[in-house]
Amino acid sequence: MLALTSSTRTAYHRWPASLKLALVSGGVFLLYLIESPVLLLAAVVGVALAYLVVGWRFLVEGVRFLRPLWVFVAIVLVWHLIAGDPVTGVAVALRLVAAVGLANLVTMTTRLDDLTDLVLWLLSPLERLGIRTAPIGYAMALVVRFTPVLLGKAGTLIESWRARSARRPGWQLVMPITVTAIDDAEQVAEALRARGGFDTQP
Amino acid sequence: MERNTVLIALFAALIAVLGLIPKITLGFGVPITAQSLGVMLCGTVLGARRGSLAVLLFLLLVALGLPLLAGGRGGLGLFASPTVGFLVGFPVAAFVAGLIVEKTPRLALLPASILGAFVGGIGVLYLFGIAGMAITLDKSFPEAALLVSPFIPGDLIKAALAGFVTAALAKARPASVLSRA
Repeated sequence: MLALTSSTRTAYHRWPASLKLALVSGGVFLLYLIESPVLLLAAVVGVALAYLVVGWRFLVEGVRFLRPLWVFVAIVLVWHLIAGDPVTGVAVALRLVAAVGLANLVTMTTRLDDLTDLVLWLLSPLERLGIRTAPIGYAMALVVRFTPVLLGKAGTLIESWRARSARRPGWQLVMPITVTAIDDAEQVAEALRARGGFDTQP
Repeated sequence: MERNTVLIALFAALIAVLGLIPKITLGFGVPITAQSLGVMLCGTVLGARRGSLAVLLFLLLVALGLPLLAGGRGGLGLFASPTVGFLVGFPVAAFVAGLIVEKTPRLALLPASILGAFVGGIGVLYLFGIAGMAITLDKSFPEAALLVSPFIPGDLIKAALAGFVTAALAKARPASVLSRA
């Protein structure tokens, strides 16, 4: 499965994932403390510059990544325009763009493996409390592996529906898709147990 | 241990698949995906604890940048965007849905699951979702509620569907409906 990491290699890729995550979390938190539209505009320009340092195409890619956000930006702007308070509307919209843009930057420049390692490292103190974290790593790998498998089987179900009915596939498919997931789970669990379970390396 | 973990993982994958399959319309022309149906099913089928773990696993992978959310979205940006409240509410919704099914053993599975999906997947989820919108969009609670209200009819259908699917699963795969195991 394709992750959302950018295919453009950037200097940010070499930064440790933990540093990037800490910087972005702090940055987004700060953005919600700022009220001034001027400062928020500066934040948007700053985030845009962080993309632009890599190159023009990377900035375009980043803007494209913001696509799901535009509907909210539009709602906020129209809302505040009608309410007669366009300045607040602009501030909220700018804050959204800056915060999401900043967070996307981590996603675009960090490999999935590095983030997975970071998560397992963050969870490692749990081991000392007697909670085993190995199954979490297994479970993450299983989701990555089985989402495309399940999606493929759902696709087959949709096709066989289309071959037999003039109506569009609908809610009737939820049940067979869920049964497929359960059957796959029982089979995989059995196979895992037969191979020694979680006490072996994934 | 292995069986629980794999079931949790496969239900996390199920949430993703229900959000990603194209053109499954749930009637009435409301543009809704079945993603939150997956969240409801996690609770009503797997129960409170395992169900919420499945949702947390799903969210973890979304945060790490896998495009598992409806429309192929993913990444940390989602956790800074206006719909963040719904994401935070997802595991709580599954937990409450599962808890209701678990704690009402004298109620038949069908009404218990519909009730669970309704209270957890709509009541609790919208509480979080609306709060998230109110904060990120700088709106009051009622104003934010107004923004999400168009999606409620679709979610009512999903809650009913979650109940029927759970009851049907209890017949087809009784050993796997852990909320009543």
